[in-house]
Amino acid sequence: MISNLELPTFKFEPVNLSVNDYKSGVPPVWCPGCGDYGVLASFYKAISELQIPREQLAIVSGIGCSGRFPAFVEAYGLHGTHGRALPLATGVKMARPELTVVAAGGDGDAFSIGMGHVPHAIRRNVDITYIVMDNEIYGLTKGQPSPTSPMGMEKKASPYGTVEQPLNPLMLAITCGATWVGRGFSSKPKELVELIKQAITHKGFSFLQIMSPCVTFFDTYEHFKNRTRPLPAEHDPRDRMSALKYALEDQTVYLGLYYQEERLTYDQGYAAKRQTLPNYGVRQIMDKYRR
Amino acid sequence: MANNDLTVRVGGDSATGGIVTTGEVFARIAAYAGLEVYTTRTIPAEIKGGHVMFQLRIAPTMVWSQGDDLDMLIAFDQESLDRYHALIRPGGILIYNSNESTPPPTEGITQYPLALNDLAKAINFQRGRNIITIGAMVKLFDLPFETATAVVAKQLGRKKEMLEQNLLALKTGYDYIEQNVTRTAPYHLTPRDGAKDEERLVLSGNQALAMGAIAAQCKFYAGYPITPATDIMEFLAGELPHLDGTVIQAEDEMAALAMAIGASYSGVRAMTATSGPGLALMQELISHATMTEIPVVIVDVQRAGPSTGMPTKVSQGDLRMSVFGGNDDAPRIILAPVSVEDNFYQMINAFNLAEKYQTPVIFLSDQDMSVRVQTIPAFDLSRVRNEPRLLWEPNPNEKFERYQVTANGVSPMSIPGMPGGQYVAEGLEHNVYGEPSYSPEQRHDNMDKRALKVRLAAQDAERLEMYQKFGDPSAPVAILGWGSTIGPAIEAVERAAAEGMPVAALYVKMIFPHPHDLIADFIAQRQAIIVPELNYTGQYARMIQAEFWREVISLRKYGGVPLTAREVYAEIKRVYATLPAAPKKAKPVTAKKPATVKRVAAKKKVVTKKPVASKRQTARRK
Repeated sequence: MISNLELPTFKFEPVNLSVNDYKSGVPPVWCPGCGDYGVLASFYKAISELQIPREQLAIVSGIGCSGRFPAFVEAYGLHGTHGRALPLATGVKMARPELTVVAAGGDGDAFSIGMGHVPHAIRRNVDITYIVMDNEIYGLTKGQPSPTSPMGMEKKASPYGTVEQPLNPLMLAITCGATWVGRGFSSKPKELVELIKQAITHKGFSFLQIMSPCVTFFDTYEHFKNRTRPLPAEHDPRDRMSALKYALEDQTVYLGLYYQEERLTYDQGYAAKRQTLPNYGVRQIMDKYRR
Repeated sequence: MANNDLTVRVGGDSATGGIVTTGEVFARIAAYAGLEVYTTRTIPAEIKGGHVMFQLRIAPTMVWSQGDDLDMLIAFDQESLDRYHALIRPGGILIYNSNESTPPPTEGITQYPLALNDLAKAINFQRGRNIITIGAMVKLFDLPFETATAVVAKQLGRKKEMLEQNLLALKTGYDYIEQNVTRTAPYHLTPRDGAKDEERLVLSGNQALAMGAIAAQCKFYAGYPITPATDIMEFLAGELPHLDGTVIQAEDEMAALAMAIGASYSGVRAMTATSGPGLALMQELISHATMTEIPVVIVDVQRAGPSTGMPTKVSQGDLRMSVFGGNDDAPRIILAPVSVEDNFYQMINAFNLAEKYQTPVIFLSDQDMSVRVQTIPAFDLSRVRNEPRLLWEPNPNEKFERYQVTANGVSPMSIPGMPGGQYVAEGLEHNVYGEPSYSPEQRHDNMDKRALKVRLAAQDAERLEMYQKFGDPSAPVAILGWGSTIGPAIEAVERAAAEGMPVAALYVKMIFPHPHDLIADFIAQRQAIIVPELNYTGQYARMIQAEFWREVISLRKYGGVPLTAREVYAEIKRVYATLPAAPKKAKPVTAKKPATVKRVAAKKKVVTKKPVASKRQTARRK
């Protein structure tokens, strides 16, 4: 019997699972044609190609269309509150470093209400994969401008057009020091599967922005179809300046791995500190305070 | 002087430094000499500058409150003199820094000038004025000089050259009193026989709390710095990594609680600690832990609000937010320790209840007991029982029902890594599998389930003896209280009993759910029930009235300072005078502020109120 007071180290056996084995059976509730279907399909494919044991995978989300993501995957899931996917995922990973932890969010969850957590998860280099399904709009609340909406967007909440400049998520992640930064597009599944696999395999914080159009409130399929292009072959993902250059490009939406470096992860760093310390119990701590 | 129960106050400006150190080091010297100590302090929120007061009470037996009149005042500056000299009892002693202050002529008080600046200059150690004062106090109280040396070495001996200077300052103060002030020490503090051999700890409420968390096998802490909870994080940051645990300083309070929830979801016992403003920020996630049924312990070291309020002042004003915070009905368990020592044992209960009922537990400490350094009996580790959470037994033939409706509302939980135990801990309303579901029937079941668990926890309060009774059980007048007002209540009840006014007292450590039978039995036959607490509206009193349909007398203080035994005693006396059987009928009064202490009038204000029953309540009773 397992007790949570002395957790065993779970051993994960190699598995032989098909794409369907990773489907929870809960039917997605997104609008027909939503980009998120493409993200989910690529995700199933990626984790089945990686053959991640289902009980080893934890998927954490916040609120929004993206927040439903864990429900559709046969894995451990934690559907949190708006904006808190990253700290929830940090808690999961730091308590149980042997788990594969994926956080899923949208542009509102990540860059508006949850923005306070993004730079910190990045600077800690928590070994999790952050998938941001970016549709540049608030979909679940029926179409309000988000932090990545283009300037001038006219919606019910911005009837005269927005006057705010959108954020550049890739710039943000690169300048905060993310150790893996990439961008995909929900309609380019082959490339997206590869990116998801790389992001999950990377040791450290992986920041994957996926352009995932909202067919109902901000249909950008045509826009992205005409503007997406793979990052040029001469781009070196170890070159941060080059990554920034392509991230700044606004006429062309470059897809692929922008930046990658190896750095000690949060759990590795913490474990290394722990190893230098003698082990003791509550009795020894109490003894320090005897008169 | 025969008096062996002494109250000493040290006052000064924090910019000159070391007021709190003076009190703490001296308290430790007394404790190491075999005495019982109890300290309290008020400090400004600013790091440098502002008035600081440190008070300690020393006696051969356990003391329960900070004391009322001062036996000795040590004034580092004129402000301290002005503020406190009127509080010195007749026959008491005033020691003042004669370089910086002139005392008013006061009859019946012995005054000792201490030229602190000159003494410090003479040994070329300007910042050593506080240690000189400690040396002087050691002599005045006739404590062993070797004990003082040992404590100073332990507390202030990190750097060798500094230690030499500190010890010189200690000796300077000691010698000064010996040579100039008096040949006989005014106060002899004599420990009880054998007291030195008893197992005693010297520590603060926050330290006791953190030790309780460690004993409860908490392996994960995330927190955000906030006065007066920060030293819980600092304590655990130093200790948990030695026990395979993790401490994270989060980017804000929401992140802190989210991390703790994530860790607990993954199977380990987890907690966070904060104060009122942080608890306000955490409300959404507390509801989330209720909804997803994830155990987590949230400590709130209460300070005076609202808003930023008075970060370094005591309050019990977060009770209502703890019980009723969050959107819709989100039941949680609320515990409140009563003393420094109790912080340890109630943390064990907090974790066990969170794990047993898979729900958040809010732990309400307060500023006063969090910083108070006290001598307490060593913790009895054999009393610590940690109950594992109810885990699912893997069964390959069935789909795991995480939110199964059960007789007691508690459903077996899986943790990541258990094959077949995959589910979504869902913040949306959900079905038994954790899949989103808004069916009205399901919704009813789940609301009942989450409330039932918390209601059942009341039984544990009696089973685990999460209450303290004292006084005369058959008395007509009762005190029903919570938290750190127990100290003054104990002393007031003793004093009242000695004067023929018996009082029964019950301090409940589970504030929500109410241990119903326990409280109902206790209040059943009383003529008057006093509920003392440190908040404006009488939050606990109102909860008791609403739950038990019984009028209570709300004794409220909200000036940011602890209740005193004298104030509780005065209320007992007042209530006794109003009882029908009493010979003369006194009208209920609002305590007036003492005319002699103008500048601290606000702190002294205690409001008593006999709440008028609402129309609805009166109607119901008829």
